[in-house]
Formats: sequence, structure tokens, C-alpha cells
Amino acid sequence: MTLAPERPRSSARTASARPAARRGTRTGPWGRPLVYLSAVVLVAVCMGPVLFIVFGGFRTNSQITTDPSGLPGPWVGSNYTEVIASGEFWRAMGSSSLTALATTAGVVALGLMAAFVIARYDFVGKGAMYSLFAAGLMFPATVAITPLYLLIRNLGLTNNLLGVILPQIAFALPATVIILVPFLRAIPAEIEEAASIDGASRLGFFFRMVLPLSLPGVITTGILAFIGSWNGYMLPLFILSDPNLFTLPLGVQNFASQYSVDTAKVLAFTSLSMLPALVFFSLFERRIVGGLTGAVKG
Amino acid sequence: MASTLPVAPRAETPVPGRDAQASVPAPASRPVRPRRGRPDWRKRAEITLLAGPALVVFVFFVIVPVLMAAYYGFFRWQGFGPPTEFVGLQNYLTIFQDSTFRDAVGHNMLIVVASLALQGPLAILFALLLNQRIRGRSLIRVLIFVPYVISEVVVGTGWSLMLQDVGAVNDLLGKLGLEWLQQSWIADPAIALGTLMVIITWKYIGFAVILMLAGLQSIPDELSEAAAIDGASFWQIQRHITLPLLGPTIRIWAFLSIIGSLQLFDLVNIVWGQFVSATAGTSTMATYMYLNGHMAGSYGYGNAVAVVLFVISLIIALVYQRFVLRRDTAGAITGGKEKRR
Repeated sequence: MTLAPERPRSSARTASARPAARRGTRTGPWGRPLVYLSAVVLVAVCMGPVLFIVFGGFRTNSQITTDPSGLPGPWVGSNYTEVIASGEFWRAMGSSSLTALATTAGVVALGLMAAFVIARYDFVGKGAMYSLFAAGLMFPATVAITPLYLLIRNLGLTNNLLGVILPQIAFALPATVIILVPFLRAIPAEIEEAASIDGASRLGFFFRMVLPLSLPGVITTGILAFIGSWNGYMLPLFILSDPNLFTLPLGVQNFASQYSVDTAKVLAFTSLSMLPALVFFSLFERRIVGGLTGAVKG
Repeated sequence: MASTLPVAPRAETPVPGRDAQASVPAPASRPVRPRRGRPDWRKRAEITLLAGPALVVFVFFVIVPVLMAAYYGFFRWQGFGPPTEFVGLQNYLTIFQDSTFRDAVGHNMLIVVASLALQGPLAILFALLLNQRIRGRSLIRVLIFVPYVISEVVVGTGWSLMLQDVGAVNDLLGKLGLEWLQQSWIADPAIALGTLMVIITWKYIGFAVILMLAGLQSIPDELSEAAAIDGASFWQIQRHITLPLLGPTIRIWAFLSIIGSLQLFDLVNIVWGQFVSATAGTSTMATYMYLNGHMAGSYGYGNAVAVVLFVISLIIALVYQRFVLRRDTAGAITGGKEKRR
């Protein structure tokens, strides 16, 4: 296969220009040094600031002042233990967890049902419904935040996590529906016919067949909704003013301004706050890429 | 393409009893429906039941607020009680006469262009890199996506500490003997926007790479294998096979990136704060809206800004869809239907 004649012009580059060097390549176990070099640089650039935050939490303020870009020496655990011992951190953690889980559950449930209708029913207004959600994709909460705040206030839901959860569900729906529709369309009609011959109704089909078969898409959208909610900043900023209800992003910001002189502790708080989303993501990373592959048919 | 025809209408046994819990409101489903038969009625009930909740939530929390903004934008209003002081287009005139708003629009446009120019090529390169079979590939992928997964607040807090005049970045430059590169990264209006672009690129490139990787994986291997057999070099294959086939993904990513750049708020507000961003030259339409609407308690004016922001985004989105996404209309994110070209 790789016996393709190398033309002299490209021979200088052959090391990095192996044909068929994409997915499923047959280069040696260590591939090409150039590729590894760029991968290392890339990872270093991506991880540098993250490590700055994590390591900074293990330093003292005087260490940070005298040598801002140095490593911890000696390592100090007290910043982290103090943050973990503080009620402020756990309250924010609780708010964030509750908000993110409720948002995820709501988005997946509502999105899956709506996507099922769009994918597998024929009716007048189906195209309009799809376009409505597709249009929603274009408008993140930013454009609607000012009136949304007024709406939530009129509902008496400011300083209530529900006032964050409901809009988050609404704004996460477009992406969810649009990612899920292709998954549900891809379920062969034969399966549905077989199910109906066996006496299952459309709804029975939905619960017994669609749910399990679309699981990859459901997981993808669920993770995206969870991370989106976990990291959400603008909506909680408008809706929540009671520090006891602050989600982690607001908590971090609040903590950072409150303890602006205690940089090390701020860094410890910050790095603890990103832990859950990171764990969640690294567990499901493969699923996310796989799920998007279904949605983004090139 | 799976346009599901209403499941072959099996006339004789319409399975009413089998799942009574599913076929919802029993009273209305009287045995004799003279007009179009029960399946059609049932179908409508199912559609309503399944799509209804999502539609209600979506319309109530997404569509209604936008309409409310259009209404409130005509009033001078502090947000308490019903708006009474109708001022016509005065808010809009004020917006367009305000040079700080025009500056903000200018910043948004620069961010749009710079995001596309910086992130696009980089993301494609990284995706090509990560799509190869190299050691530790899955670990590298996870690490590269870390900046995208952590929140804007974490990113903003971390970077603003690093970029202080006596922060880690300047210190590192000093250690490397690059003192002449040391800057007042955040405060200097001449470079603040550039600093913002670095942070944005660092933060969002992971998402672009995820999308590009997903796009790359849907390109059949056979094509590049065939080209390789015909003697094409690695770069020739990427240029003439991968890139064109990646087109729809790139165009969708560009669309999402443009919209995101127009709505940019979090990072600016966290790193620069509400007041500094205007003087540091990093204000955006959204931070302008937050400062002059919400923080100032001028909700009539804030809503008018929201409308302007909405209309600008809408126009750009429509133009983009009309001229760039048109050929993908059935493909990629917008349709999920297979399209052949």
C-alpha cells in the first residue's frame, strides 16, 4: 500500500508527509517527530494557564509575589484545605450541581420528545417547528437577557434557582433538538414497523426502541447541557443576587473580589471549581466527539 | 430522508387497549370518528404531548423576551411598574449617537474577523494532527479541550492574574530574556484587544477542533488512500480531498463563531470589569448593554440595546445563511440529511 512512488520533490518532506497518514495510518509506533513536537507544544500552551491556576493554589502569597511564574516550593496544601472547609465553596457547589442536573434532565427530556416528533412524524408545521429551533441556535441568551431578567422578576423567580434552570433549558433546547433529530431519523423505519406489528404504539416505540437507540446522541447533548449550565455566567449574574444561592462561577468571582489580596486562595478556589466539569468531560470525551459526528455530517 | 409516513394504517386492529396510558385523554377518543379516523387524531395528540412542553418552554423563555424587548425599547423606564413614558425612537437615536456604542460595535466586528482568521486555520491544523494515529492521542485530545470545558470565570480569573503587570506572563518573559516583550497586557488600550483575542483563541479553539475532528471522521478513508496510491503527498491529500470535504463543517463552525463573537460578554466582563472595558478598548455590544441597561437601571434603554444587538446578529446570520450556508442547507447541522455533491 505504501509503495506509492515518492516523487523526488516531496522526498525532503517524506518524514512528515507520509501518504495515508490520517486515521488508520500504518506509520511506525512513534510516527513522525514533527507531529509529536507540535502536539507537545499544543498541549503545553493549552495546559499552561490551567496548571498556573492549579499549582498557584499550592503556593503561598509570598511565593507568588516573589516569583509569579514559578513552581510551588515548598508545596502548601492549606489553601485547598481551607477552601474545602469553607461553607461558601460547598454552597456554590450545591447550587451549581442542582442547577446543572435539573437543566440537563429537563433539556434531554423535552429535547428528545420534540426531536422525535420532528424526526418521525409527518404533519403540517413540521418544517416550521424545525426552523424555529434552528433559529434559536443563532441566539444565545445574551440578546434576550435584559427582557428575560424582567420576565423572571415578574414571575417572582429572581434569587431562585428555578429562575436560572428554566431559561437554561429553553436556551439549550435548539442545539439539543438539532443534534438529536439526525439520530432519531437514522433509526430504520423497519424497526418501527416491526414494533408496530408487534403491537407497540408510537409512544411504546418511543420508550422501548428510540430511547436506547439514540443513547449516544442523548449523552452528547446531556453533557453539553451539563457543562453549559455548570459554566453559565451571564444568566446567574442577572438572576441571582443572594450570595447564598451563587453558582460556582459567581462564587469564584465573588471570592476573587472578596479575597483579592489572597491570590493563592483565589487560585485554590478557582481550580476546585473547575474540577467537576473536567472530570465529567474527560469521562465522556469520546462520546462527545462521536455524538457530534452524527450531527455534523460533512 | 426517513420521512416517516404515518405507520401503515392497519385498519382492523387500532390497538386502543394495549397502551391506554399512552393514548392520553380517553374521553375524547370516542369510538367513531367520522372524518379521518382515529390514527390521525391520535397522531395529533401524540405530537402535542411530545413537542408541546419543549415548544412552550422555548417560546416562553426565548421568543417572548425578544418580543418584550421590542416593546420596552420604546419607553424610558426604570423597570418598575408598567412602562408609561413612551419616547418613540429616542432610545435608538441615543444608541446610535453614542460613540461608546459605536466603539463597542467596532470591537465586536474586529473580534469576529480575528476569531475566524486565527482559530479557523489553527483548528484545522490541530484537527489534522489529532486525527492521526499517534501515541497518547486520546489523552492529548482531552487536554486540548480542557480550556473549552472550564468556565469563562475560571479562564478570566486565571488569565487576569497571569497578565497583571507583575504577573506570571511578564515574569516568564523576563526569565526568557524577552524583557522587551513585557507589556501592560490588560490596561494598555493599544494592546488590550489583542490580549482579549489571545484569551478567546485559547479558550474556544478546543470547540473548533472538536467540530473539525468530527467532520474529519466522517470523511471516508478510501478517498485519501486512493489518492495516496496515485502518489499524492500528505499535504496534497489534505488540500484537495480533506479540505473540500470538510467545507460544510468549516462553514458551520464559522457561523457559530461569528454569532459567539457578536454576543461576547463573559470574558470581557470578568477580565476587564464593567467600567474598564470601555476605556481599555475591549467593550462589546453586550457589555455596553449590561452597563448602560442593567447596571444603570435604565431598562427601556437596555431593551433597545438588546433589540439592536438582536437585529445586527440576525442580519449577519441571515446574510451568512443566504450566501455561505446555502449550499449546505440540507447538510451539516442544519438538516442532518445526507447530501451528495
